[in-house]
Amino acid sequence: MKGIRVRLEGLSKHFGKVVALRTLDLDIRAGEMVAFLGPSGCGKTTTLLMIAGIYQPTAGAIHFGDRRVDHLHPRDRDVGMVFQSYALYPHLTLFDNIAFPLRLKGQRPTEIGPKVRQTAELLSIAQILDRRPAQVSGGQQQRAALARALIKEPQVVLLDEPLSNLDAQIRLQARGEIRRLQQEIGVTSILVTHDQSEALAMADRVAVFSTGELQQFAPPDELYHRPINTFVAGFVGHPPMNLFPGRFDDGAFAIGSARFPLPPTVVRGEGTLGIRPEDISLGGDIGARVLIVEPLGREALVTAAVDGATMKLLVGEHARPMPGSQIRIGYRPERLHLFDAVGQRAS
Amino acid sequence: MPLLPPRWRLILAVVLLVSVPIAAGIFWLFLTGVFDRVHGLLPVRPPSADNWRFIWEGVGGRPPVRIPLLNSIVFAGGVAALEVIVASMAAYAISRMSFPGRRLYLGLVLVLHAFPAVSLIIAIYYVLRLLGLFDTLTGVILVKASLDLPLGIWLMKGFFDYLSWDMEMAALVDGMSRWTLFWKVAMPLVRPGLLALGTFALLSAWGEFILPFTLIVSPRSWTMAMYLQTFFGEVFMDFGMFAAVGLFYALPVIGMFLVGQRYLLNIYGGGVKG
Repeated sequence: MKGIRVRLEGLSKHFGKVVALRTLDLDIRAGEMVAFLGPSGCGKTTTLLMIAGIYQPTAGAIHFGDRRVDHLHPRDRDVGMVFQSYALYPHLTLFDNIAFPLRLKGQRPTEIGPKVRQTAELLSIAQILDRRPAQVSGGQQQRAALARALIKEPQVVLLDEPLSNLDAQIRLQARGEIRRLQQEIGVTSILVTHDQSEALAMADRVAVFSTGELQQFAPPDELYHRPINTFVAGFVGHPPMNLFPGRFDDGAFAIGSARFPLPPTVVRGEGTLGIRPEDISLGGDIGARVLIVEPLGREALVTAAVDGATMKLLVGEHARPMPGSQIRIGYRPERLHLFDAVGQRAS
Repeated sequence: MPLLPPRWRLILAVVLLVSVPIAAGIFWLFLTGVFDRVHGLLPVRPPSADNWRFIWEGVGGRPPVRIPLLNSIVFAGGVAALEVIVASMAAYAISRMSFPGRRLYLGLVLVLHAFPAVSLIIAIYYVLRLLGLFDTLTGVILVKASLDLPLGIWLMKGFFDYLSWDMEMAALVDGMSRWTLFWKVAMPLVRPGLLALGTFALLSAWGEFILPFTLIVSPRSWTMAMYLQTFFGEVFMDFGMFAAVGLFYALPVIGMFLVGQRYLLNIYGGGVKG
């Protein structure tokens, strides 16, 4: 089976007066894994449900390859879907759950049996096919849900927070497995998540949503190194980027009375300066007072006050300062992120 | 063996006390049915089968008992089947779909539920006459089922409200139409509700008296309640046989209740959500 290109054109969704999704254009390549990332209520699940055919778009079009599908019933779209709650049918065994889509297609039991076993084998749940969902673990339910989504060899697989009900340990493992499986099969996949580490680790490209609008659609590295606005800058990355509102003028950025030298820049006036905690180093020409030290194992997250503003920085285990002590910090100017008055990236 | 705490002993005593008249009634029914003659609660003649001869012969010009018995079975079964099917379909629509007038419909169902059905009986009589269903079992089945439907709809809505939306979405994506989804996913999952409503409808229809009594005339369409009623108000009243018929009439209900009581308890598990 081979994935298919998915194109969203001017897609929007209103629930009464509430705008759940503003005009969205998105082009997903065949076989690509894309993550929809954002806080709850940002429109990512709404978009997914429109692609699945559960919601009707208020406006816009959805194309699978050359086929326009936004007016089609879900069963005619050839999509597989995994839900956060797994949504297995509790009254059926895992075998019957996985076989369900094939039975609905009218396939014969002699065809269905081997296919179910083969898919179950792939997901290592072949031994428990005769049990009901309530009799197996969360991780196994999640695999069964995945098997049910994959068995009809769909062109597009939709994953709605598939990992958030799993324990942290299994989650890491399942993350890798889903990604491996997706690459093996080559099916176009869309993953909805509010967990940035999941999105960055699993997806080829990540679409960041906020308040019903697409903020940025880019590969994980670009998202991290060149966030397009202050929302993406603050949302992607852990610990989050330091963002300081202030003024740009004459080769420096002013926060209150403090001035931070900048490389030559075209930005002037009000704006926001961003710098990631790992890009601030000890030893430099800016004086700061340590407020909090949070050990994170290999590193420590230090909260320090600089002339009225507080910032967070990561320091290695050998140079861990004491709370209340004075330190000197510095940064490499090329690591700064500059945003204009409306929060858009400058340069 | 630990004794009950004093407070519980008191409650138990009160419960026992208020149950005495009901228990005495049932005891009387049993005694009078079994013994030929009873003074108060004391049998004065040995047990006899004479009270039970209505089972094998027509008594006093009445039809043989198998006719009202069969009618009652058809009546109760028909009402229960109709009510379960229609109520679950209506409840599913109310619970899951958004359509114009949904709230109004919900309100109307609730009002109908509260409406005293007996006050409609004259109007129902005319409607049945017009439809040619007066004096037929079909007619009474339709009337009884419709009058009980509001409760059934409300009850089933509570069960459907608890189904997960995710699962319905999954079913749609898996390739089901709304119709197959209803029968293959939603209905199996509200089975406790269906059983509760079915048992409730059976019991309610089995005990129904006023509707058959007003809407059926011919003895061939009598139900058990009407048959029992004919032993009433004669010049000479045969208490023994009246009690025996009463017992005969009540036995299936006791049986049904023993089988169905755990489903009935589910009625209170369904909950109500607006």
